[in-house]
Amino acid sequence: MEFMDSDRKNTGQPDVDNSALRKAASGGETPRFWRGFDELADTPEFRNHKENEFPHGANDPDAKLDRRDLLKVMAASAAFAGLSGCTKLPNQKIVPYVRQPEQIIPGKALFYATAVTLGGVATGVLVESHMARPTKIEGNPDHPGSLGATDAFSQASILGLYDPDRSQAEIHDGRIGSWAEFQEELSTALGAEKGNNGSGVRLLTPTVTSPTLGDQINTFLKAYPSAKWVQYESATRDNIREGAKLAFGEYLNTVYRMDQADVILTLDSDFLTSGPGCLRYARDFARKRRVEGPESKMNRLYAVECTPTNTGAMADHRLRMRASDIEGLARAVARELGVSTVAGPVAPPNVPAGWIPALARDLKQHPGASLIVAGDQQPPIVHALAHAINQALGNTDKTVYFTAPLEVSPANQWEGISQLAADIRARSVTTLLILGCNPVYDAPVDLGFKEILPKVAFSARLGLSEDETSALCHWHIPQAHELESWGDARGYDGTASVIQPLIAPLYGGKSEVDFLAVINGQSAKPSHDFVHDYWQAQRAGVERFDVFWEKTLRDGVVDGTALPPKQVSLKPGIGAEPPATEAQGLEIVFRPDHTIWDGRFSNNGWLQELPKPLTLLTWDSVAMVSPKTAQRLGGSSRPADYLKSEDAVELKYKGRTIVAPVWVMPGHADESVTVFLGYGRRRSGRVGTGAGFDAGWIRPLATPWIGTGLEIRKTGDRWALATTQTQSTMEGREPIRIATLDEYLKNPKFAQAEAEENPLSLYPEVKYEGNQWGMAIDLNACTGCGGCVVACQAENNIAVVGKKEVMIGRHMHWIRIDRYYEGGVDDPSTYHEPVLCMHCENAPCEVVCPVAATVHSPEGLNEMVYNRCVGTRYCSNNCPYKVRRFNFYLYSDWDTPSLFGMRNPNVSVRSRGVMEKCSYCVQRINAVKIDAERQDRPIRDGEIVTACQQSCPSEAIVFGNINDPDSRVSKLKAMNRNYKLLEELNTRPRTTYLAKLRNPNPEIEKTPAV
Amino acid sequence: MADSPSDKLAAAEFASAPILGPGYNYASVTDKISAIVLARRTPKWWIVGFLVSFALVMLLMVSVTYLVVAGVGIWGIQIPVGWGFAIINFVWWIGIGHAGTLISAILLLLRQTWRTSINRFAEAMTLFAVSCAGIFPLIHMGRPWLAYWLFPYPDTMKMWPNFRSPLVWDAFAVSTYATVSLLFWFIGLIPDLATLRDRAKNRPAKLIYGLLAMGWRGSAVHWERHETASLLLAGLATPLVLSVHTIVSFDFAFAIVPGWHATIFPPYFVAGAIYAGFAMVLTLSIPIRKLFHLEDFITMRHLDNMGKVLLATALIVGYGYMMEAFSAFYSGNQYERFMILNRMTGPYAPMYWLLIACNIVTPQFLWFRKVRAKVGALFAIAMVVNLGMWLERFVIVVTSLHRDFLPSSWGTYYPTRWDIFTFVGTIGLFLFLVFLFIRYLPLISIFEMRTLVASEEEKKAVN
Repeated sequence: MEFMDSDRKNTGQPDVDNSALRKAASGGETPRFWRGFDELADTPEFRNHKENEFPHGANDPDAKLDRRDLLKVMAASAAFAGLSGCTKLPNQKIVPYVRQPEQIIPGKALFYATAVTLGGVATGVLVESHMARPTKIEGNPDHPGSLGATDAFSQASILGLYDPDRSQAEIHDGRIGSWAEFQEELSTALGAEKGNNGSGVRLLTPTVTSPTLGDQINTFLKAYPSAKWVQYESATRDNIREGAKLAFGEYLNTVYRMDQADVILTLDSDFLTSGPGCLRYARDFARKRRVEGPESKMNRLYAVECTPTNTGAMADHRLRMRASDIEGLARAVARELGVSTVAGPVAPPNVPAGWIPALARDLKQHPGASLIVAGDQQPPIVHALAHAINQALGNTDKTVYFTAPLEVSPANQWEGISQLAADIRARSVTTLLILGCNPVYDAPVDLGFKEILPKVAFSARLGLSEDETSALCHWHIPQAHELESWGDARGYDGTASVIQPLIAPLYGGKSEVDFLAVINGQSAKPSHDFVHDYWQAQRAGVERFDVFWEKTLRDGVVDGTALPPKQVSLKPGIGAEPPATEAQGLEIVFRPDHTIWDGRFSNNGWLQELPKPLTLLTWDSVAMVSPKTAQRLGGSSRPADYLKSEDAVELKYKGRTIVAPVWVMPGHADESVTVFLGYGRRRSGRVGTGAGFDAGWIRPLATPWIGTGLEIRKTGDRWALATTQTQSTMEGREPIRIATLDEYLKNPKFAQAEAEENPLSLYPEVKYEGNQWGMAIDLNACTGCGGCVVACQAENNIAVVGKKEVMIGRHMHWIRIDRYYEGGVDDPSTYHEPVLCMHCENAPCEVVCPVAATVHSPEGLNEMVYNRCVGTRYCSNNCPYKVRRFNFYLYSDWDTPSLFGMRNPNVSVRSRGVMEKCSYCVQRINAVKIDAERQDRPIRDGEIVTACQQSCPSEAIVFGNINDPDSRVSKLKAMNRNYKLLEELNTRPRTTYLAKLRNPNPEIEKTPAV
Repeated sequence: MADSPSDKLAAAEFASAPILGPGYNYASVTDKISAIVLARRTPKWWIVGFLVSFALVMLLMVSVTYLVVAGVGIWGIQIPVGWGFAIINFVWWIGIGHAGTLISAILLLLRQTWRTSINRFAEAMTLFAVSCAGIFPLIHMGRPWLAYWLFPYPDTMKMWPNFRSPLVWDAFAVSTYATVSLLFWFIGLIPDLATLRDRAKNRPAKLIYGLLAMGWRGSAVHWERHETASLLLAGLATPLVLSVHTIVSFDFAFAIVPGWHATIFPPYFVAGAIYAGFAMVLTLSIPIRKLFHLEDFITMRHLDNMGKVLLATALIVGYGYMMEAFSAFYSGNQYERFMILNRMTGPYAPMYWLLIACNIVTPQFLWFRKVRAKVGALFAIAMVVNLGMWLERFVIVVTSLHRDFLPSSWGTYYPTRWDIFTFVGTIGLFLFLVFLFIRYLPLISIFEMRTLVASEEEKKAVN
């Protein structure tokens, strides 16, 4: 494997000397890539056979991938990946290549640049491909929204690709249909609409930033001028759009420059781990907090929020407040900073005296280097106020700038969807084409999509799985995954990326571009050509477009597409209208879920099992309440009556009720309840169906994010939840060492107070010649986002175990993010700490293994030999860090063929009864070592990157050779913030931590809490 | 348990109470014991007990089969509590398996003649308990079919076990102990098997006892060699009694887990084992002497002595508990202190206090002669101690693991039904073997009882 080596970053077509493949890839109707070296004969008979082979729904667990694909994938993995012999493998003949294609080397990965999107916004990625199978996603260092980092969603998209529950056939009114039949019916339907200019046609898509797709849609709208295009996502960013409109009179895209900001105030925003650009923001933010010595400076973060978030946990000052009170605080801050026109009460309730003036002074002292960030759920006025404050502080074009919108056609999505529903009710919609949206599940509940969708005469849906909406449409067309499609999309700053397929569609799915091509009557044109032609038209001046195109595909970004900053002028009188008087009562806050977002990832086992930061819950959504509110809602003063975590309660809001489990959340605002979107799916798949409760059921059109008047009633039942950490406090043990910046400057060695210089050992010291690996984790940088957890899972073929097993305590993650609270339950400080195998020099696990299945390597690694392990679990008992994971059952899926293709061929898939743990990505170490050896040179520092390190947006994890005093990791370990976890046990861990620092405002730190 | 006539001896007479009822000669001793085996009619209680224990053995079979098919996940173990019922039961059974060898070997070397009537079934009980114990280390593995990797066998990969691991020592210690105990027991059985061969009426019995008697003719040479072999094996077995449980305790003491990592473990485990073993001997001997009317052979003197041993070992074990708590506090180590406080006040505190009640408080009644003279009370106390010793292992294994160093990894362990089935199943196996033993082998050593008759007569002659 070669990471970030641009020579290996290939263009869309691999440099394979295989003209037939090339032809098929670029010329055929379906782009066939390196899946089909020997399957280019795609005849109608074959297709019919395929379509008839699987029954409607294809829920049969044995029918996930058609037989021929399976055969090839199996052949590839079994023949070349070197799976161990003692496992269930199909008995099939494997024929080797007659002529080995160049560059396709078993065990050697190729990397292709593409992009994955969330809410339409692209994150540039490099996809690792083994034997033409994409197996792992890495960030694209050339992409401004990634800089090499990835979030959990993009990491997990690889599982989304191989998801065995993806739809595999066109469905027509509950029966298997065919693509040709659909095209025919669609052209009939559209033909009938032609007469009235398409006034009965509606196109429903998610947010579209794709220039090509936008171009196609505009072509369609030209042909059918009365047709309407509606964009909708339930986790919509309407508030941001409307906020910009309120402040500047037009839709704009807001881009933050965290690298310029010294003082940041967030208003219910989780900019570090959610939303467009969060990876970039986290990196820039963390760089402003790297304290390397006494001369270093730190930025300062103030967070005002209702629901605890990762950003709030990182804040130097966190103020909890009902989400609907935040507007008042924004007004107060604005007034304090001289935004003169702002009306409203003097100060919102529950703000400690002096807090706002102190904050304002701090902001004022940093004109042009401060920043106010408003959260996605906050109403437009809060965004407008944030813009006004930024303007007043002179931050515009310094720490924040504005560009033209990313969307091809920005629109208010909630208005759009409600208009669509009204039109359907009025029977004025006759043809409805849905691209990927799932309105039956996630549209505002009072629109009643479930009831009205069948009223449309012709409805078709392109979707990855046959879900709630597909079930009510006349046609369901399987969608090609992003890793199977041609397309493009814009990043957070407007930079466009071309999305290129890594594999031919596993189930013959159609991309959005394909679908639009059919609508536009251009079905003969391959989707590649649409993207290619669009950009060729945009780059008419380029002399050799083919060179430009190759470079674009290789780099993953289209040069010069970042949107330029736009001059904006603030409208006068922002906030002059007094705030609407808030309805009193219990507040309800809706938020997209941290791991499954709006429900689109609900069938993704990696994301379901990824512990949500702060709660460390898996497989469920909860109704969060603060400890005080839980006490009050208990209805009596007896502690036994207080609401407790895992109590099932009935939430009643605007006439609808739903049963939800309570989670008593330290640090949550009082008198407010947060619920999360994305759960309670009825048709999702074997993983997602039935998990959690559907908060969308009580989410009306009027209050998409924040409302008041919630009622809670205890049901007396219990709703068991699966969390990976039950103990929340450090019990005086200091696994995380914390100081303020001032304390640190006074006592730079605070983290090492108890360190012994020469710990005793009975054994002679082992001398390491050459390399000796080690890792340093900067707790000052870690935001606790969990990206590394999924990255590790993807890299190391880690199994998903399910809710029941997580509840027992058997989750398998090799790296976990510990979360500790400090201070009272009402308003604690929250700290994150990634814990993985420490690769101790005096490893307690190694001594006790009776069969020497866990041993030390000559480079200091603590290695686990799966084949030798007999499963006594003694090593885990004796591991003080409890980083070892045991296969209590056969957790790895040895039966689902589609998943075989996903696995990293360089890592064994573990079987039942063996222990496993972090290996420091030994397969990556060895790949680099082999390369270095062949080139007869030492390994360069930074050449070996572990999966967790690579995905980390804030560069908290650094791995390298600790024998080399000049390596980055050695330098970090030499810092005085460096400390060893449980140092007193003399295990001498190789993974060490840099203590966490806070940079509180001395004026506020002294202020007693209210 | 109703008192038999010989129980009604005055308490004061216990010290000099006979270890054999009056009026027995060589022939009557032999008759009485061999009749149990050779009687044609099987007692009804035996059939009932045998069937019940057989059913439990089937439960064990089902549990183990399911375990092998599905994996150790069917138990409640998890991370951080990687060991659960399996290891608790293993240590418990191994502990029980101590009394037999102690009685036969150490008391033989110490010339304690009162051991004669109980040593045979104490030894048998040892073997059966060790058999039950031996199941657990095997099945608790993730991949039990590879258990032989714990032994240094010659293989082509030149891969040896890790001799630094206490689990390897364990494998040696337990298998050695089982082998020596079996040999010792069998050698002791040979003269009696010959007696049964000679007295058996039907052909199969003659044949089987004959084969097992290995040509014993009772010649002086045979007796001389038998005596020598017994003494040699007793000499071999004696250190094993101490070593087995010492090494079992190393499984814990060598780990760095607070609550395991303690130097007091070896002596404290050995004392606990003897304690548990004697409790089990009492538990078995009291019903057996009643059901087979062996009150003259297993007299109140025996029961009284065993009660005293129980009390003595209870005090040692109690001292162990005290020192464990004391050194945790005295160490100043926050993990150790937390561990002992967590035991006393944490989620498993009821188990801890029940353990103290069973193992420390209850045996204090044995200070009273009146209590020791009551068969029913002795039986009840022995049962309580059996429970207490199981709890002790539960507390050591589970409460130490469930909250160790990093609070983020703390967890709670709950056994599943399969944990319980497997445990109950081994109790079934133990009883099953006991039932077979008391019906088909002489449960009291005939030849040694005859020497007792001889010595009693000598005493009379001297008087």
